[in-house]
Amino acid sequence: MGADSIPRCSIPSNDMPPFRGPDAVDISLTVNGQGATAHLRPQRSLLELLRGPLGLTGTKLVCNAGNCGACTVLVDDRPVYSCITLAVACEGKRVETIEGLSKDGELHPVQEAFIDHDAYQCGFCTPGQVMSIVALLRTKGKPTEDDMRRAVTGNLCRCGAYVNIVKAGMSAARRATK
Amino acid sequence: MSLFSYAKPRALGEALRLLKNGTIAIAGGTDLVGLIRSGLAKPDGLVDLTGIEGLRGWTREKGKGLRIGALTPLSDLETSPQLRKLAPMIAESLRDAATPQLRNMGTVGGNLLQRNRCWYFRDEAVPCWLKGGTRCFAVEGENRYHAILGAAECVMVAPSDLAPALIAYDAEIEIASSIGRRTVKLGQFYITPSGRQRKEHAIKAGELITSVRIADSALERRGAFLKAMDRKAWSFALVSVAASAKIQGGKAHDVRIVLGGVAPCPWWVPAANKQLEGSVLDDNACLAAADAILADAQPLRDNGYKVTLARELIRRALRSLVA
Repeated sequence: MGADSIPRCSIPSNDMPPFRGPDAVDISLTVNGQGATAHLRPQRSLLELLRGPLGLTGTKLVCNAGNCGACTVLVDDRPVYSCITLAVACEGKRVETIEGLSKDGELHPVQEAFIDHDAYQCGFCTPGQVMSIVALLRTKGKPTEDDMRRAVTGNLCRCGAYVNIVKAGMSAARRATK
Repeated sequence: MSLFSYAKPRALGEALRLLKNGTIAIAGGTDLVGLIRSGLAKPDGLVDLTGIEGLRGWTREKGKGLRIGALTPLSDLETSPQLRKLAPMIAESLRDAATPQLRNMGTVGGNLLQRNRCWYFRDEAVPCWLKGGTRCFAVEGENRYHAILGAAECVMVAPSDLAPALIAYDAEIEIASSIGRRTVKLGQFYITPSGRQRKEHAIKAGELITSVRIADSALERRGAFLKAMDRKAWSFALVSVAASAKIQGGKAHDVRIVLGGVAPCPWWVPAANKQLEGSVLDDNACLAAADAILADAQPLRDNGYKVTLARELIRRALRSLVA
């Protein structure tokens, strides 16, 4: 990457992309490996897209303000808060939700570990916690406990299952590297 | 929430042309979406900058220094081992900034332009001075998180962790608009809201931050960043301190101490920096500098603790430069 990859002010072109909306616009993206389309107003969130038109209610709506982490999904492999992500900004992107983790009826190792370690009480924050840990394990095969704690700092659990959440994450990491 | 339309240009020039009356630029949206939902921002159109090529990522070239594209996600800077080696204060300042999710979404430019967190400002129903009202409700209200230094009509505090670290590197920002470009020291970019200036920074309508630049000489500085929070994670700074200096033969030269969370702007006192010239940064010298910085502190009812906290954080940050 050279310094010149950051461009000087480019010459304005005449074929400006038009503003779309404020009425509903077409949005197409990939959700859990499959193409998906929806028709939504630009102010709608990715969470509204997932839970509404796409019927994927595994991702939870809690604070709706980016303050709790229950709505965490992966966009292009990175955990984000879907409640404050605009759906229209996800055009062409790859979104993964809790529904996409199990394969052929087999739970994902992180999901298994949550069961084994009793890593939830009410379960409402669980999909978000799991997605954050799945993302960590993809980038760091052998995370430290500090890595694991930091990976879920953006996911509140008001039941206080944190200790077991970290245990489950570490256990899944060990299982994955065996 | 107001209705808005949406555009995602592919080039900077197009984005600048689309930024007209009634439109607002959006990148990560971590601050802006909340401002729109609570009625504090009412755009007719959003211009999504994240499709613009070339403003993401950082480069280092000898003679040209370090250049960070404004659309770089904060997490890219936090997790890069090379950048941590090159400019450790940047990674340190981001380590405890917000959460992994917010650092994945949020960008450098957005972080530097985020609005303040004062609860009276954030409450749509409260007509505070910064929003065009007649008074600052925090002065006599709930002010545990507010300014102890440098405030005028409004006692909000500068919320960014990244800004003090960049200012301690003497960073510049490059700003583009449809009529040209300008470069400003980040330290000169923030404004103490006062008089007719009811805003936190000097960006003008139609302008975008395109990059942050740090000179080669500044990268030779040793730096430390410390942040005190109410809890151990996911919290804005009660007080943050970025300290940097050139250390030669155990002595500090050209010291910079920049505080976040204490004043409406990232805060520093030139005389306090100067009095540490040639110092070995022992406890006494560090505390004397801290006292010089805090001499003009005017705590409100609930935030006197910030004076004590800042004094000790300054000492620790300076000490770690020679540790």
